[in-house]
Amino acid sequence: MSNVPDTLKYAESHEWLKVEENIGIVGITDHAQYELTDVVYVELPKVGATVSKGSPVAVIESVKAASDIYSPVSGEIISVNEALPNNPADVNTDPYGSGWIFKIKLSDAGEVDSLKSATDYSTQIGG
Amino acid sequence: MDYIPSSDNDLQDMIRASGYQSFDDLIATIPEKLRFPEMNLPAPLTELELMREMKQIAAQNWPIDEYLSFLGAGAYDHFIPTVVDYLSGRGEFYTAYTPYQAEASQGTLQVIYEYQSLMCALTGLDVSNASLYDGASALGEAAFMTLNIDPAKNKLLISGCIHPEYIQVIRTYLGPIDAEVVIIPEKNGRTDLDSLEKLIDEKTAAVFVQSPNFFGTIEEMEQFSKVIKSKGAFFVAVVNPISLGVLKAPGEYGADICVGEGQPLGIPVSFGGPYLGFFTCSKQFVHKIPGRLVGRTIDTCGDLGYCLTLQAREQHIRREKATSNICTNQSLMALRATIYLCMLGKKGMREVGELNLKLSHYAATQIAAIDGAQIMHLNDQAPFFNEFVVKLPVEAVALCEELAETGTFAGLPLSRFFPHLKNELLVCVTETKTKNEIDHFVWELGEAIQKLSSKGAAV
Repeated sequence: MSNVPDTLKYAESHEWLKVEENIGIVGITDHAQYELTDVVYVELPKVGATVSKGSPVAVIESVKAASDIYSPVSGEIISVNEALPNNPADVNTDPYGSGWIFKIKLSDAGEVDSLKSATDYSTQIGG
Repeated sequence: MDYIPSSDNDLQDMIRASGYQSFDDLIATIPEKLRFPEMNLPAPLTELELMREMKQIAAQNWPIDEYLSFLGAGAYDHFIPTVVDYLSGRGEFYTAYTPYQAEASQGTLQVIYEYQSLMCALTGLDVSNASLYDGASALGEAAFMTLNIDPAKNKLLISGCIHPEYIQVIRTYLGPIDAEVVIIPEKNGRTDLDSLEKLIDEKTAAVFVQSPNFFGTIEEMEQFSKVIKSKGAFFVAVVNPISLGVLKAPGEYGADICVGEGQPLGIPVSFGGPYLGFFTCSKQFVHKIPGRLVGRTIDTCGDLGYCLTLQAREQHIRREKATSNICTNQSLMALRATIYLCMLGKKGMREVGELNLKLSHYAATQIAAIDGAQIMHLNDQAPFFNEFVVKLPVEAVALCEELAETGTFAGLPLSRFFPHLKNELLVCVTETKTKNEIDHFVWELGEAIQKLSSKGAAV
């Protein structure tokens, strides 16, 4: 069964969001990494880019597929996980820790409420 | 690979199995006007009749080795060692279809891997794809790739000294795309560096420069590299692979991507191909490169093996976000290039390059001595490799017609692409020409110029 931490918010497209002050950290869920299988490459977003909720910002390639990562909220990308291109397997081994993908400065904190709770996301993935 | 056609009975079975009465029922959803038309074909021929007809058609060819040809302009007459035909014609290799299945095609995959390694060594770059259709489409793919990397950049600067047909193909590729193509003007047979400095800006995704360029002139690639890099654009070098035996590798002067026509590497000149597009680039683009890539790996038994790799770029996985629609390569031609390069080796490539250089310069010097003929751009200190422009005192088309009558192809009249250059002739001299042949050509040129000049004077 997938790990779905209670402290995070979730997008239907399988990204998690952790909000600290006005900054959100984004990665993909344990369930998503399991479905993707071994991640071999991560194409990171551009720092400084302004993105809107639901727009594709990064790409994760696994041995099985290439998947777009959508930003769960609107805002400005303020940093990316530079270590990831060299250690893409971190997405598999530690999806909620060292496998984080980018940090975003929220432009509309209200959007966070529209995301799913751990319970709702668990229901979505049938866990 | 076997080809097993379906019999009429097979077809009927398949149609019935899919719940239809006839083939027309099956395709009823396709509007009639889009369907393949009824064709009014002549009756079938027997094998004997067919051979006779094909021979008649083939006899209309003017095989280059039966004439004295100084044609170049993108398709080059080089010597092809017999072993290239022999090995590439073997049954294990000889197919128009490239079998990529790792479990069935280790030989084919290894050849492609070797081809990629050779092209990397030749161009001085890190990654090569498994090859593309031809040089022109390799430029088109480079245009796509460089535009896709940063969506904020939508401008390409293309040297006006690139083969005009290559530029046409880039324009065709970009037709449906929101991108701007700006031509960097030509000056004295070379791409004008000053103009590039004025045209390049932060919207410029890439700059394409060909060297030796369409007029045969070697461009100052290092200078271009500096200007392009300072503006954060990508540098796409278009090269003739044969020239790399004597000229600096694109990777050495800072090209990010190198593309071109691989035909000079053991592939005969022929109308319509098949030719070979090559595409190499630095490692940073490995997830963006178009086409197939073969990698070397270790199988479950611990043995060396070869297989397609990084396929997440391709459309069977990435769908509409694929970096290119090319999901195959030009394997048979890549095989020929591989054998050619292996046969010649480093030393042989250098020797072929030097021969081209020496013979073409000998020819240019002799032609320059003809009354009224002038080698263009030499005064501007512009070096050339195996091709150069001759300015004639007569129209180039008329002169070519005159020489063709005695079995000599004098070169390409530039008026075909540049209507105002009526008297300019692009002449190519490769290692296939002897000194005697060049002397004969120069003599013929002199005679024809005299004849046409006196005709012109008489009118």
